Amino acid sequence: MAGALTTSKASNNSTYAGLGNLLMLPSWLVIGFFLVLPVGMMLIYSFLTKEFRGGIIWEFSLAAYDQFFFDRGLFGDDPARIEWTYIKIFWRSIWQAGVATFFCLLIGFPTAWFIATRTGNSRSIWLFLITIPYWVNLLIRTISMKFLIRDTGPLNEFLISTGIISDPIHIINTNFAVQLGLFYSYLPFMVLPIYASVERYNFALSEAAADLYASRITTLRQIILPTVKPGIIAGCILVFVPSLGAFLAPDLLGGAKTFMIGSLIEEQFKGNAGNWPFGAAVSMILLSMVLIVLTYYARQQSKSGER
Amino acid sequence: MTDVAVDISNVTKMYGSFTALKDVSLAIQDNEFFTLLGPSGCGKTTLLRTIAGFEDITKGAIRLYGDNIADLPPNKRPVNTVFQQYALFPHMNVTDNVKFGLLRLGQDEATASARVGEVLELVQLTQFADRLPSQLSGGQQQRVALARALAPNPKVLLLDEPLSALDLKLRQAVRLELQQIQHETGITFIFVTHDQEEALTMSDRIAVIADGRLQQVGSAREIYEAPSNKFVADFIGETNLIDVTVTDISNGNATCTLPSGATFTCPAADGAQKGAGHLSVRPERVAMTKPAKSLLQGKASRQIYLGTDMHVEVTLDDQEVVTVRVQNSETTHIPSIGETVGLNFEAGAARLLVD
Amino acid sequence: MAKKLDIRRFPGFLPVTYLCLFLLYAPLIIVMIYSFNDSNSITNWGGLSLRWYVDVFWGVESEKFKTAAMNSLLIAVAAAITSTSIATMAATAMLRAGKFRGKSIGFALINLPLMVPEIVTAVALLIFFSMIGFTTGYLTILLAHIVFCIPFAYLPIAARMQSIEEVYEQAALDLYASRLDAFRLILLPLMTPGIISGFLLAFIISLDDFIITNFVKGAGIETLPTAIFGAVKQGIKPNIMAISTLLLLVSVVFVTLSYLVGRMGQNKK
Repeated sequence: MAGALTTSKASNNSTYAGLGNLLMLPSWLVIGFFLVLPVGMMLIYSFLTKEFRGGIIWEFSLAAYDQFFFDRGLFGDDPARIEWTYIKIFWRSIWQAGVATFFCLLIGFPTAWFIATRTGNSRSIWLFLITIPYWVNLLIRTISMKFLIRDTGPLNEFLISTGIISDPIHIINTNFAVQLGLFYSYLPFMVLPIYASVERYNFALSEAAADLYASRITTLRQIILPTVKPGIIAGCILVFVPSLGAFLAPDLLGGAKTFMIGSLIEEQFKGNAGNWPFGAAVSMILLSMVLIVLTYYARQQSKSGER
Repeated sequence: MTDVAVDISNVTKMYGSFTALKDVSLAIQDNEFFTLLGPSGCGKTTLLRTIAGFEDITKGAIRLYGDNIADLPPNKRPVNTVFQQYALFPHMNVTDNVKFGLLRLGQDEATASARVGEVLELVQLTQFADRLPSQLSGGQQQRVALARALAPNPKVLLLDEPLSALDLKLRQAVRLELQQIQHETGITFIFVTHDQEEALTMSDRIAVIADGRLQQVGSAREIYEAPSNKFVADFIGETNLIDVTVTDISNGNATCTLPSGATFTCPAADGAQKGAGHLSVRPERVAMTKPAKSLLQGKASRQIYLGTDMHVEVTLDDQEVVTVRVQNSETTHIPSIGETVGLNFEAGAARLLVD
Repeated sequence: MAKKLDIRRFPGFLPVTYLCLFLLYAPLIIVMIYSFNDSNSITNWGGLSLRWYVDVFWGVESEKFKTAAMNSLLIAVAAAITSTSIATMAATAMLRAGKFRGKSIGFALINLPLMVPEIVTAVALLIFFSMIGFTTGYLTILLAHIVFCIPFAYLPIAARMQSIEEVYEQAALDLYASRLDAFRLILLPLMTPGIISGFLLAFIISLDDFIITNFVKGAGIETLPTAIFGAVKQGIKPNIMAISTLLLLVSVVFVTLSYLVGRMGQNKK
């Protein structure tokens, strides 16, 4: 800090030059203390031994990770085989999140495009309409979805009353229900970043393409998509990452067969399993996956920034 | 008695490895209307901002009436700035904007209010005292900015292209007004502009800056009529730069050989040297004559119509082009394209430049 | 006459947009409609009535929900005020303090709560609080909420600050204002719309949180989302739909306010 103060004689042309670290101090304290440090402790926890009744023993152990990846039989002395249970849960989570992301993109891109090509007031009203649901409590939105798609819910009733079907379609507690829930939860996350990059898109490029005999589809494929790609990637990540660790949608809309990472973690702390080191290890694995995705994204962004 | 208001000595400003100002030394006199003139990016605004205190300097010293102010933050320097886009506080009305500096200096409400009244009268804005900046025209905003900067009675007033946001007609009116206010208040004005016409009409003295270096300091007439180097001659007004070979320099006069082979003697700028050089001749000082009795000969290659005047471009035998300005009247003979013409100019109209 | 080619239009994009809106709003609207259902069952329609709203405020479970709502409200207000202050300082550091050591890592830090999955934050905080022997309760919820509200408050505040030219503060300094005066008298008043937006968004985010609260709340302490979740676990009852509708309206009102304040700021410019 002393160094910062001595350079404060208008050291560069910023008004509060030299005060940067002082102004950042509260953020450092709060986020450092209540996020960075806790994540560090979680990492430590994942290497501790579990106590029989839910607590922990301060003894180094790889048991949590071992439990995740290997099956050593009931008494733990069989030769190690790959344990598929948890890997399957992860794989299912990735699949579910992927499907939700795909459908968000399918609906989100045309919507974002349409809104970005409106003008003035009409554009901001459309945008506003898209953002509102995002700010509505996620729990309430998930409950609404559950209410809607129940076997005796309004959707089935409507379909039966119009004669399209005669027996209710069973949606709730299926993979599809979870995908629908994730899709519904994070759809606005797809629209907004794509909207932002379409808004910056220079339509003279499309005109130039059309002038050079490109069809609409060719223009979309060869000119528009490459230009708005950063927005699309951002949207996909914003949907995929929270979907991966989602808890509410799989818990409320899914069943035992649709178990996802979020529920697996929750069960170690709140539920019957009561294995904190294992819960910490699963959380660490999830966090690592997310950080890998985000690093990839940051690389992409800085690459496209360099151009 | 002449006092030095701002003494800039050997100021260098670096941004990383980029040199924005290179060893600039300049003495601005008390009660002077002084202009920093140069193309955009030349460093003139940087120089102004180092005086205001928004940029620190890498080397050198800035003295304000003898006191070194280079290490003072802007709020401790008794200079005020009229910003390019005025920077009027949008959430304060005219009175509060003008009063702002006075209150920060610790004046009491009554004294400050009285001073605000005075200054608003000076800039003829008394009836707009309660308006917000957004409710004023561009010209009025410009005058509020001026009033706000004048109110604390600064020792030096810095003006950063204050007229560039106004349209042409208004700009011309405000020029006169600014000059008058400078006379009335007796405050030293340092004015930054890229507009040579603005600089020539308003200033007591002008400093021409290019590439972070001081090119020439002098009155408008000195700069226009006796440019010291190629850049100044070319930047201020229009000029012909004729390639010559200098054979002798003595007593400030140069003897040189023109492209036509003729020998010519004319004044030389300080620091001009023998060998290859450039002669500056303004287009309006070149006369067209019969080829036989002329300094240079060539063929008329282009006519450019300018309204009251006409430019005739003459291509010399060595493919150099010399522009001649002639009045557009029925009695003037304007050569047709391809016609062979001779060009003449007086010794006093030409000047050998430093490259 | 040749048909004009509008390069901005793609056939089919308009219907997809309508579909998108329909998908987003249909479940919410249906729940709103059913909240006025005069029937004990959530399946059958028994005519319009406000009985479930009466039940929310004066029924058997009303005390539980009122306490939870009050907890949510107090925590949201406190978390929003704190995180908005922290975010305003952080934005000033990022946008008005020039270059300094730790700037880019500081920027990453502010956005960290957005990058760590909620469930991971929840687990980490639970472990942290139990490890240092911190009793879980209101304070743990509040601290957790402040952390994840910071980036949400930061976004509109930084966006606003970026749109305010620094020349205003320079003008203030030129007119003998101290740096504190330049902040207090110039930057802060000009920032007001951004700060209000940031506060409202942080408020909504805090009010909405379920997962992290569920992990770090103490025994017996409920916020509205955890109370609703607990009730829904027993099956959706009509009073849940009434509460949901109320909470939904609160969100919509706040977001609309935030949006209008933001636009007001833009129009002024």
